[in-house]
Amino acid sequence: MAEPILRLSGLSKRFGGFAAVKEIDLDVREGEFFTIVGPSGSGKSTLVRMLAGLEEPSGGEILLRGRRINETPANRRPTCMVFQSLALFPHRSVGQNIEFPLKMRGVGSAARRERAMELLRLLRLPESYYGKNVTQCSGGERQRVALARAFAYDPEILFFDEPLSAIDYKLRKTLEKELKDIHKETGKTFMYITHSLEEAMVMSDRIGVMRAGKLVQVGTPEEIYTRPRDKFVSEFMGEVNVIDVRRGVNGRASGVGIPGDFLLREVPEDFESGHLVVRPEFLRFIDTPGEAENHLRGRLYNEYVLGSRIQYQVRVGERVFIVERLRQQAFRGALDQDVLIGWDARDSILVTD
Amino acid sequence: MAAIAGTAAEDGRVARARRLTLSSGARYAIPVLALLAIGFLAPLLAVFAFSFAEPRSFTVFGTPTLENYRTIFDPANTVWLSFLWSLFFAALSVALLAVLCYPVAYGLAHLFGRWANVITLLLVFPLFISENIRLYGWVLFFIKNGVLDGSLKTLFGIELQSILFSPPVIVFGMVYVYLPFMLFPMVLGLSMVPREVVEAAGDLGASRLQTFREVELPLAMPGFIIGGLLTFVLAVGAVAESKVLGGQSVIVITHDIEIAFTYAQNWPLGAALAVLLMLVVGTLVLLVLRYLDLDRILGRRR
Repeated sequence: MAEPILRLSGLSKRFGGFAAVKEIDLDVREGEFFTIVGPSGSGKSTLVRMLAGLEEPSGGEILLRGRRINETPANRRPTCMVFQSLALFPHRSVGQNIEFPLKMRGVGSAARRERAMELLRLLRLPESYYGKNVTQCSGGERQRVALARAFAYDPEILFFDEPLSAIDYKLRKTLEKELKDIHKETGKTFMYITHSLEEAMVMSDRIGVMRAGKLVQVGTPEEIYTRPRDKFVSEFMGEVNVIDVRRGVNGRASGVGIPGDFLLREVPEDFESGHLVVRPEFLRFIDTPGEAENHLRGRLYNEYVLGSRIQYQVRVGERVFIVERLRQQAFRGALDQDVLIGWDARDSILVTD
Repeated sequence: MAAIAGTAAEDGRVARARRLTLSSGARYAIPVLALLAIGFLAPLLAVFAFSFAEPRSFTVFGTPTLENYRTIFDPANTVWLSFLWSLFFAALSVALLAVLCYPVAYGLAHLFGRWANVITLLLVFPLFISENIRLYGWVLFFIKNGVLDGSLKTLFGIELQSILFSPPVIVFGMVYVYLPFMLFPMVLGLSMVPREVVEAAGDLGASRLQTFREVELPLAMPGFIIGGLLTFVLAVGAVAESKVLGGQSVIVITHDIEIAFTYAQNWPLGAALAVLLMLVVGTLVLLVLRYLDLDRILGRRR
């Protein structure tokens, strides 16, 4: 395999006695869209700030194309960051913002202007915006200006620190796709930070899940989705149903706190106890226990319409299970009615942590 | 409802009442306006009127005359020197304060963390003591055989010529007295600069100096300008520094005005000098504000 553009080995950051980032090893490939995802406080922002040169590592190494850049200041690194606040220069016009890195490099004003116009086109901004005040731009436009400014720096890697988190849902969805398109058009290496795994799934080639300063799992969106390494990763994907289980007989696991033996997709050698994860969309309502490999008996408590899907809350004993169906497959039953919910072994995931 | 249901006469009354009613904003402004009219505008008008009164008289509404202004502009009169000293001292103090306060302001805004409050408090503390008393403290410090001179003599055997009662000490006094008035607007200005914007500039390839020039300075400029204007206006009007620390080695214009109003008992002349001072300072401030157009500094208009 080709040499990674960015290699982190044992990278750590301590703030006083607090370890924000703990010994991270990671290879980022040339041209990939890599996303680090984790809850707030997981150290993902600190990690990317170290990579951009805004924070000095306490330990470990950052290698850019094999060259150690730990001590290289931000203004001499061939990397660029798009901040959560975007950090546009409020006293400068759209054009001046985009031209800033070129001006710092001493590029002449005619060449700067030409490049700014190119970038406006790339980012789908009208050329008339060149002289516009950035404070008069909308959220989405400001986003594009920040991106254009970063491209003007012509970095080898672009970092994004949750730039879409303050934008409303509809625009965010549009910009996510746009960002992926721009990634494809430019072929640059993107490293994206977000707390939303959903956002990560849409855009990324690979995802790294962070928790408490550590990388818990690195993989393609498909791998993260279908084979989460532990309960944390599976729950991070959104609402899931988790049943505590221990080893049973005949390839089955018996529920802890929930009566029943459940057929598993596969039984790991060392499995003694763990959690069985069933995604809401893999649960379905059945009429007889024989219709699915596993089933639970419960009471339909409530339902929520989520646009194209409908979510049902089913209570099994004290526990709450979430079932999600497409609108076309809506369950035609009354609330507070006894129901059977079922799933097949291949749709469940056993995690042991 | 009344307008719909009422008679034509009622309609008329409602309309008249409405015409007499001020907006709530205007009504709330009345006390402040009254205070400004009595406490600010009235004395100003009195001074202005006095400047046209007969010299050495106390009758404001006698025969208006330009005699006072004629005295000031008489080539034999050296009062213009006092004007120059005042403006020079003020300009120099502002320049020194800008250089002196920037690092402190930067530290207070970004570096000192929880110590910033303590340092702020320590800087504000002296303001609780009368300016004159503080200046006399400095006299004891600088005077021959005082704290500085005596210590140097005893410890190192260095004979210090008296540095008190000279223009440099006057500037020292002004810098000392007006430091908070420059510092705190500067802190405000610097804290208006978002951290991430400064980081972004560096990340986009700007050196430390380029970041300062292109981002920090223009964004903090409103605070710097306010601090500069405040200290300039205060320093031009200062009299205690030159009297106490300067020991009348130099007469500033406010001192001349004070003499005219007190010893000389020539209120009209003092008033004319005051009017001229206001004109000069007002013009300068307006020019600076015009030149340092805030919108242009902020890059809003090009």
